[in-house]
Amino acid sequence: MNLPVEPNATQTKLPLEFTDNHESLKILGFWSFLATDLLLFASLFAVYAVYQSRIGMAGPSPDQLFKLGPAVVETLLLLTSSFTCGLAVYEMRHGHKTGTIAWLIVTILLGIGFVTTEIREFVSYIALGDSWHHSAFLSAFFTLVGTHGAHVSFGILWAITLIIQLAGRGLTTITTRKMYMFALYWHFLDIIWVFIFTVVYLNGKI
Amino acid sequence: MSSLLAQLFPPSTTRNMELSADVLIILTSAAIIYYLTRWHRWKYLWREWLTTVDHKKIGIMYLIAAVTMLFRGGVDALLLRAQLAVPNNHFLGPLHYDEIFTTHGTIMIFFMAMPLIFAMFNIAIPLMIGARDVAFPRLNAISFWLFAFAGFLFNISFVIGGSPNAGWTSYPPLTELAFNPGVGQNYYLMALIVTGIGTTATGINFLVTILRMRAPGMTLMRMPMFAWTTLVTSVLILFAFPPLTVAMVLTLFDRLFGTAFFTIGRGGMPMMYVNLFWLFGHPEVYILVLPSFGIFSEVVATFSRKKLFGYSTMVYSVLAITFLSYGTWVHHFFTMGAGAAVNVFFGLSTILIAIPTGIKIFNWIFTMWNGRIKMTVAMMWALAFIPTFVVGGATGVMLGAVPADYQFHNSYFLIAHFHNVIIGGTVFGLLSGVYYWWPKMTGRLLNERQGKWAFWLFFLGFWVTFMPQYALGFMGMTRRMYTYSHGFGWSSLNLMSTIGAFVMGAGFVVMVYNFVWSQIHGEIDVTGDPWDGRTLEWSTPSPAPEYNFARIPVVTDRDAWWAIKQDHKSNVIQIKPQEIQDIELPKSSAIPFLMGLSFFVFSVGMVFSWWWIAVVGFLGFVVCMLVGTFDYDDHKEVPRQVIQNTESALGRLQG
Amino acid sequence: MSLKRSKRAIRFTVLALAIGLSVSGCGNDFVILHPAGPVAASELNLIEITAATMIVIILLVWVLFGIALVRFREKPGNQAPYRPLWDHNRALELGVIAVSVVAATIIAIPTWNKTFALDRIPAGKTPIVIDVTSLDWKWLFEYPGQHIATVNYIDVPTNRPVLFELTANSPMNTFWVPQLGGMEYTMPSEVLPLWLEASKPGLYWGRSGNFSGSGFVHMTFDVHAVSQAAFDTWVHTVRTTKPPMTMADYRQLLKFNWIAPRYYSAYPAATFPAETHGFTLEGGMYMEMQPTPK
Repeated sequence: MNLPVEPNATQTKLPLEFTDNHESLKILGFWSFLATDLLLFASLFAVYAVYQSRIGMAGPSPDQLFKLGPAVVETLLLLTSSFTCGLAVYEMRHGHKTGTIAWLIVTILLGIGFVTTEIREFVSYIALGDSWHHSAFLSAFFTLVGTHGAHVSFGILWAITLIIQLAGRGLTTITTRKMYMFALYWHFLDIIWVFIFTVVYLNGKI
Repeated sequence: MSSLLAQLFPPSTTRNMELSADVLIILTSAAIIYYLTRWHRWKYLWREWLTTVDHKKIGIMYLIAAVTMLFRGGVDALLLRAQLAVPNNHFLGPLHYDEIFTTHGTIMIFFMAMPLIFAMFNIAIPLMIGARDVAFPRLNAISFWLFAFAGFLFNISFVIGGSPNAGWTSYPPLTELAFNPGVGQNYYLMALIVTGIGTTATGINFLVTILRMRAPGMTLMRMPMFAWTTLVTSVLILFAFPPLTVAMVLTLFDRLFGTAFFTIGRGGMPMMYVNLFWLFGHPEVYILVLPSFGIFSEVVATFSRKKLFGYSTMVYSVLAITFLSYGTWVHHFFTMGAGAAVNVFFGLSTILIAIPTGIKIFNWIFTMWNGRIKMTVAMMWALAFIPTFVVGGATGVMLGAVPADYQFHNSYFLIAHFHNVIIGGTVFGLLSGVYYWWPKMTGRLLNERQGKWAFWLFFLGFWVTFMPQYALGFMGMTRRMYTYSHGFGWSSLNLMSTIGAFVMGAGFVVMVYNFVWSQIHGEIDVTGDPWDGRTLEWSTPSPAPEYNFARIPVVTDRDAWWAIKQDHKSNVIQIKPQEIQDIELPKSSAIPFLMGLSFFVFSVGMVFSWWWIAVVGFLGFVVCMLVGTFDYDDHKEVPRQVIQNTESALGRLQG
Repeated sequence: MSLKRSKRAIRFTVLALAIGLSVSGCGNDFVILHPAGPVAASELNLIEITAATMIVIILLVWVLFGIALVRFREKPGNQAPYRPLWDHNRALELGVIAVSVVAATIIAIPTWNKTFALDRIPAGKTPIVIDVTSLDWKWLFEYPGQHIATVNYIDVPTNRPVLFELTANSPMNTFWVPQLGGMEYTMPSEVLPLWLEASKPGLYWGRSGNFSGSGFVHMTFDVHAVSQAAFDTWVHTVRTTKPPMTMADYRQLLKFNWIAPRYYSAYPAATFPAETHGFTLEGGMYMEMQPTPK
């Protein structure tokens, strides 16, 4: 049996966001941005690694300061949100606009849960008098973890603008490209969090 | 009210020099506003320049900004040299001197050399690789406006609020509030953070442009050498600027929010800053010099009428330099007690990185060998580079020999060395590029006779300025001293150095005259290829039309344009009407300018700790982002009829 | 014609150099070229090796460059070969790499050796220890063995290594006595070692090499190298005739000003980080230190 061969068989197999050259360029550009962001976090991690023992005259040590409870909750929330973000991309690849938006909303809610838990954790430390003024260790801790939290907050705002665009315009090369970039960003933050959880919290508790 | 005035105009901004600057700024601004209003140019300025996303215009704006900043940094340099001309001088006091060397260094690196490099990238790269624009035209404009507003921010510190005064490296704890109250240091930090964001975006932009937008047939190993050096410079930028941003932000947190990163007490560690700064700082040295290496490769080959010697060796040398440049940062502070093993590692890596650099120098000489050298001004800058840079490179190796560095560190030997490589390498190269690509930018040739005057004054002035400084290093003179006494024997060499600096200043004046004169009276470049060039930018008319190429060229060889000329002999620039198609181009946008403005407002708020102004600036940024993300109307189609008319007017239409 | 011109250029350069050097008095003012101790001498030796190697490379480049420039100029009737496609030559390229590698090796070997050699005080010599604190804008010197302290002035015995333990209660400075040897940073919350030795008696000037604020230019001090006997006498004189330093005196020193040399017959131990005593040259970058008292 001779099936007619589609002339652009490989072309049509490409996900929508890669079919347009402009959009595909933007994805490469976004990967480059993630590389710089990775280096930003790497620098902050290096600072934290050196500073975690520099607790000043009286300040608490990592072991005294950290409560694992909130950190574990934050980890679960963010890891789950990374999974639901993956589901959103999965729905997008199958051309399901509603499914994409639905999973994106779940992702946002989990993200909001993460940020609120983190803020409550920070507030609980500051309530004990351990703000970032007190020692180099505390400065480094709040800056590293706070930078990640700011990234997540920015991601939540980004996802909201994405939902509006997806709802209004459907799945086009542009909206799918934006969705794909958002997913890259969200997974990237997830990986950074895994490092924060191990290097900062687990390492600090041991 | 009076406390606000005291904050805006502390005593350091009410000295004679600052007040004269105030008068000058007000007069110049008034003149510009009068000119724009009188000739109804506001609309033109906004439509054609402030909102443009065309890489060629952005390149020209970078160039204008860089020359302006070269003037500011140069005046700073002359003030410093005037102060040091004779011992026990009181022309400038220590406070004034400290501010001026800080702004001199910072401006020359971040607001003169960097934008001049980006000017060359923007003007040449898309044309060279046969592209219609950069990958992200709007981001390109954002980069420019972030740089421009950061530069503006940094410069107003002189007359409003007070200049930073801790050197361009700004090591803590000198930059901490305990030792450095006032807003000057905040200016430095905010300006570098904002321009750093712009620079990073430029790096991403040119990386993607070169990787993905080359003309068909232009493989990596067929790229012009300048495209290669731009590519690796972009990679260096991506990896170098994040640590700088972190160093700046952490210092800012210490100053504004009372954290303890680099303080003396509370466990702070100034050494950490030094590491972060030079993790950026050493790759930065190669960010500055590699583009020039690329320009030399183009210029020397063109004016020797010969292929570049050892192309693949050159490529591998550049890659080796890129890789090694991340392993040398500690050589900026061998004397901070890192221990012998660490020092030896970084000393050897420093000596190692000289090998690929040396190989490149020999390859340029061999490119001239068996060629026919034509002495244009562009070529003279490139030629001046070789004997000059080799001295700077050699003294760099001497500094890399660890125990020797213990004697040279922070002395005038070091000052002479890095001016030797930055002026002899970066500046000579970029000026070579300016003279080389000027016709492509403006459509007019620069007057060669004036150019040669500027060249000789600047070149000879350079040697007279900096060679004595090597000797001063051996006499124990250290950097950043505002004065010295008779007894050390430094006087005559310092005087010589000052005389040289003023000769360089004269060279700069002649050069600016050359630019302005040629823009009015210069010969018009009708061919688009005044130098009998080798690369694709010379196949376009001068200046290139908005769409660069009516038809994207197909590349079959290195030196693509040279090969095309060899094959077809004549008539290669003509295009048949039926070959013309509609072209999609990016659309102008106000967002980049407004985003730069928002960052400026935000920065002013941060500098003076006026939080509500910072919030306004931040909200401006958010609005720009939101408008940008919902704006799908960012490109336009140029219909074929328009292109046909343009090409016909340029005399490039067949039949 | 071109040969004549280049000869003239060379003659001019030599003349200019000679004038420049004689005007500046190529004598003792070139402190780095006149070492007064083994450390400075060893460093000068390395400088000479690297300079000689680099001058060879510079001359090689200049000569090749000069020949290329003269021979391949575009002018009517130039008989030199013109080969526009000549773009590689394996032997030549390997030759260039070989020259560079040889030059780098010549410099690398003594660099390696001297870096490790100078990192340690030679065995068999007991050093005298001086604790150095850079302040705004003065140098505080404390002799833990002799229990005396001075400001902006030190006496050291000749032919005996001096171990300087460097710290700062101020922005960073570097401690530098060019005729005795290279510099090292003083940093708050860190103590760094530096050893120097004077092999002949004399008065040597020292200064800071790192900018530390508006009084930076006043960060100077004198090192007086004298025989061991004269040194002991000096210590005795300071001990018996000068006042002791109190904590209040120390706080006076923290003020932002500059002062003439001072001498103290004793000093409070808390003025220098306690944990460095007995410290050898093992110290590294991230040595743990108590914060210095404010």
